[in-house]
Amino acid sequence: MTRITVGPFNRVEGDLEVRLDIESGRVTRAEVTAPLYRGFEQILEGRPPLDALVIAPRICGICSVSQSIAAAAALRQAMGLAAAPNGILATNIAHAAENAADHLTHFYIFFMPDFARDAYASHAWHSATAERFTATKGSAAREALPARARLLEIMGIIAGKWPHSLAFQPGGTTRAIELGERIRLNAIAASFRGFLERVVFADKLENVIALSTPDELDSWREGRGGDFAHFLRVADALSLNDLGTGPGLLMSFGAYHDVDGAHFRAGIRTDAGEIEALPAHRITEDVSHAWMRETSLDPAESRTVPDADKADAYSWCKAPRLAGEPVEVGALARQAINGQQLITALITADGGSNVRNRVIARLIETAQLALSIEQWIKALRLNEPFCVNSGETADGHFVGLVEAARGSLGHWLAVRSGRIERFQIIAPTSWNFSPRDADGVAGPLEQALVGTEVGTAGARAVSIQHVVRSFDPCMVCTAH
Amino acid sequence: MTVGSEGMTRMLWLQGASCGGCTMSILESGASGWFDELRQSGIDLIWHPSVSEQTGDEVVELLEAIRDGRERLDLLVLEGSVARGPSLSGRFNMLAGTNRSIYHWLLDLAPLADYVVAVGSCAAYGGIPAAGINPTDAVGLQFEGSDVGGALGAGFRSKRGLPVINVAGCAPHPGWMMESLLALTSGDLGADGLDTVGRPTFIANHLAHHGCSRNEFYEFKASAETMSERGCLMEHLGCRATQAVGDCNQRSWNGGGSCTKGGYACIACTSPGFESAQNYLQTAKLAGIPVGLPTDMPKAWFVALAALSKSATPRRVRINATADHVVMPPGRPSDKRSS
Repeated sequence: MTRITVGPFNRVEGDLEVRLDIESGRVTRAEVTAPLYRGFEQILEGRPPLDALVIAPRICGICSVSQSIAAAAALRQAMGLAAAPNGILATNIAHAAENAADHLTHFYIFFMPDFARDAYASHAWHSATAERFTATKGSAAREALPARARLLEIMGIIAGKWPHSLAFQPGGTTRAIELGERIRLNAIAASFRGFLERVVFADKLENVIALSTPDELDSWREGRGGDFAHFLRVADALSLNDLGTGPGLLMSFGAYHDVDGAHFRAGIRTDAGEIEALPAHRITEDVSHAWMRETSLDPAESRTVPDADKADAYSWCKAPRLAGEPVEVGALARQAINGQQLITALITADGGSNVRNRVIARLIETAQLALSIEQWIKALRLNEPFCVNSGETADGHFVGLVEAARGSLGHWLAVRSGRIERFQIIAPTSWNFSPRDADGVAGPLEQALVGTEVGTAGARAVSIQHVVRSFDPCMVCTAH
Repeated sequence: MTVGSEGMTRMLWLQGASCGGCTMSILESGASGWFDELRQSGIDLIWHPSVSEQTGDEVVELLEAIRDGRERLDLLVLEGSVARGPSLSGRFNMLAGTNRSIYHWLLDLAPLADYVVAVGSCAAYGGIPAAGINPTDAVGLQFEGSDVGGALGAGFRSKRGLPVINVAGCAPHPGWMMESLLALTSGDLGADGLDTVGRPTFIANHLAHHGCSRNEFYEFKASAETMSERGCLMEHLGCRATQAVGDCNQRSWNGGGSCTKGGYACIACTSPGFESAQNYLQTAKLAGIPVGLPTDMPKAWFVALAALSKSATPRRVRINATADHVVMPPGRPSDKRSS
């Protein structure tokens, strides 16, 4: 047995270290370390509750809108408010734009460049892939980055700027959209659809989201241009559906809530393929292998007290568990729980989540979001308010549960005497990249890495990179 | 600027105790994308944690080669605070795979660079991680709040004799970052082009207030009272744009926005110590007068002028200030609409 360390792990958001035990060229055990602690939960304690709208989004520069709306949701509960319907729609548009931009950034900047690496030079598909996806030099980035920037112009209109906006308030959004601005939002949405239909899918979005079986997907991709089909061919050549199988249990907090409920519903998907209600009260955080002192397991009652010298600890990330189980979150979980046909069929065919299906789920979701953005822009009622007055916060325990691009994000807020008494955050990558718990059960990535072939490449094995990046980890969110 | 055999400026970008937001912002730069813009500008991004191909030991080898003088380093950019804790060990922020903290890597690498640039208020002054009890002993590269010192010390000068260049902001405008980098590579930015806290004066000689689209409301002290109203945000909603530097309202963010256009207060994110304020979206007042008045205006004058301008506020401006839509359009006094 040999033990190798992989790091710095780049092209993820933040830094990551992975230690692997290798036997006969295969991973037999993995330990995942979040190497950065900043202490947001400690920083928030004692502040006026609304300061969370300034501090919490700054956990993360890639999903700051998600962090904003989780904090705003908890504060809304503390104020006993209902947000203005227009504010909810404007929030959904901005949130969908951020999540779609995240999916694009992941696909083009973080994930695909691995297939352009020299390790694959002997493969027939390599030269075209290298021309298209080589990090910083491939032709794809010259199209994807301007498309991303154009999409984020939605933020200029709704949110003032991105990242780190204060536009997302408990009562709605801080600026009413006028007719000219709605027209500009339409133009941005059309431009985004154009990029997706021309560059990513080479097909109408409606046709893409209508695909419902693995066979349909296979025949759809035959001879098709576009970067999604390119990925599907590479994924088949490398059997990426056999790589990085997750722990089984999937979870979503539900996303894009409006007056009719969540656009993507909340719930869990069991190993057996059953969709069940979300038992949110059974969420706990275990610190047995984190550089943290024991407090409560319940995020509503716990605190964050770092202990850098703790024996047997190996990460700043606590280990979230649902009813004691590790859980995979992300676009794949969200789509599976929402009953998206293709994703459900792929999970069933492959026996679970894997590298290929995580990427497919992200791109299918991107197509859905482009269509939803168009609908939400149309639904704005320009003469009505976008924000209702925020009131005083009550003392008590409150929670904001949302879905960031990478999965389920929760903010647990305790207010006492008008100040933040405790603030606990469980981010998507805290779930996916959690360390072991007190029972020694490994986190989802730790489980997904076991069995990965590294051959003689050891720490340089590209397969490890694929498994890790297939989760689109955000390490700055993880330990926060 | 030293140039290599390829004629390119060699830039290394590192992330400390960061949210990654400065990178996310600069990825919006350039009509054909940031990577193209860098190449066109003669900058070779030798490694960046979010975008480069090299990973793991390839990166460690590069960093060691720079440290040992085998590779040249023209521009060292840091995003994120320097977490020195616990007890100056830097263990709150290790560079994965190296068994060494970012803090200690920076101490090694910074003296080897021609220029050292702090992007964002975290790298410049400590930023949000330094707020409250500052759990990680976070500081900026050469400042701790507004006090010179920080991780590298007050006396630090890069190989070209400059202190750390602080491109403050949370997150900074992509233009601030690229323009600062290019002003350095073109030799146009020297010590005389920095203000007292290390910010390029071409940005810091402006106030966020300049060019604010709410200026008419400011002039007449016609103020918004709650979120999403159109009036000036200074009197009640915490806006510090008259005190915070930056040309925020003179250029567009994300294709046309800014914080105040977005309907919320400037929180002075370009200022050292902005993270220590509280109640950001409420104006602190004493005897009904905002505490944070424009820094270069005597209080008595401000109060007198405010009283005068309030007495002269046109009805249109007063009414629109507390509405979320324009309820009274501009027009001549004889127009029926404005009567």
